[in-house]
Amino acid sequence: MFKWIHKFGSPPFVYGVSKAISPWIGVASLILFAWGLYMGLVKAPPDYEQGEVYRIIYVHVPAAWMSMFVYVVMAISSAIFIIWRLKLADVVAESSALIGASFTFLALVTGSIWGRPTWGTWWEWDARLTSELVLLFLYLGYMALRAAIEHPQSAARAAAILAIVGVINIPIIHFSVEWWNSLHQPATITRADGPKMHISMLIPLFIMLGAFQLYYFHHLLVKMRAGMLMRDRRARWVSERVEGGRL
Amino acid sequence: MTPKRKQRLILVSLMLFGCAAAVGLIITAFKQNLEHFHSPADVVAGAVSPGTRFRLGGMVVDGSVVRATDSVNVQFDLTDNRDVVTVQFDDILPDLFREGQGIVAKGQLNNDGDFVASEVLAKHDENYMPPEVAAALEKAGQMPSTAATFGSKTLVDP
Repeated sequence: MFKWIHKFGSPPFVYGVSKAISPWIGVASLILFAWGLYMGLVKAPPDYEQGEVYRIIYVHVPAAWMSMFVYVVMAISSAIFIIWRLKLADVVAESSALIGASFTFLALVTGSIWGRPTWGTWWEWDARLTSELVLLFLYLGYMALRAAIEHPQSAARAAAILAIVGVINIPIIHFSVEWWNSLHQPATITRADGPKMHISMLIPLFIMLGAFQLYYFHHLLVKMRAGMLMRDRRARWVSERVEGGRL
Repeated sequence: MTPKRKQRLILVSLMLFGCAAAVGLIITAFKQNLEHFHSPADVVAGAVSPGTRFRLGGMVVDGSVVRATDSVNVQFDLTDNRDVVTVQFDDILPDLFREGQGIVAKGQLNNDGDFVASEVLAKHDENYMPPEVAAALEKAGQMPSTAATFGSKTLVDP
């Protein structure tokens, strides 16, 4: 068990694994994107109430889900970093911030574009929308904090604590539509009595979610390699890779 | 001040600013919660004076929607089954605006007692299905009904 953890916590090993699998994950993500978009935008039927406009869910919903998923990954790896001082966990958190912020931004923008024709407003200060905006600020705050502290070790610790504290916002986002009378409708899929969406619309949504998930994973692996090189730039395994032309 | 201290100062102020902004936004969200709207009965009873901005919630009266032929201007009646207020709106209505559907309008009363809306909000529910499935459910009488509500809040008196 400890041997296994030690192996997966060692940058040279993870670097090699990342290099080997990230292209395949990238390709798989592209295939899922193409398939999901075709299924969602062409094959899926229009909605009885919203017509064609609802199709924006095939970008909006996966982006919103990923904005929360990436934050949870960031918070968990930050906790691991704070408690066990595992450097690789900090690399995971650092590499997730920008893409998490991008997913959040995408969810907010697509939601706004959806909101204007269906609800009648671009923006409303309601619980779901505001808590998602706070999530964007948390991501931006995390990145700003890292950039503002000069000493990398202290920067990593301070940012990790921010990431851990901010995770309180995740359940707030999820339950905001139940706790407050939000303009945003209640959950369609993650509910106790099963999804309230027809199967022909649900399948493309899950394909798109898979595509987003793999895209994040691909991005994470590539970005982590840069992070590991940066941190271990004086280590032997890096110079060996550079000399051998195996970056 | 050394550059390092200055940097820390900027950092701390940024964090303070961020927290303040977050708390402020949450409070705004609470205050402007969609629960806070007046009913047509309130308006007829004179609870709001002309020129004050407020939210008006109600059900669109069947057959009351009058659209102008040369502009997007539209007029309709809102009811809570007790009183009726006429609403005028000069913008594009949301797709989910239907007669018999609950909506919330933001705006103010004019001197004739009509409500001049600057925004009309409709809410959709958590159900997604193809039109054929909706028609089948309708036929079987199992269609989930959302009319005359706005989220958890009922807009009409039973």
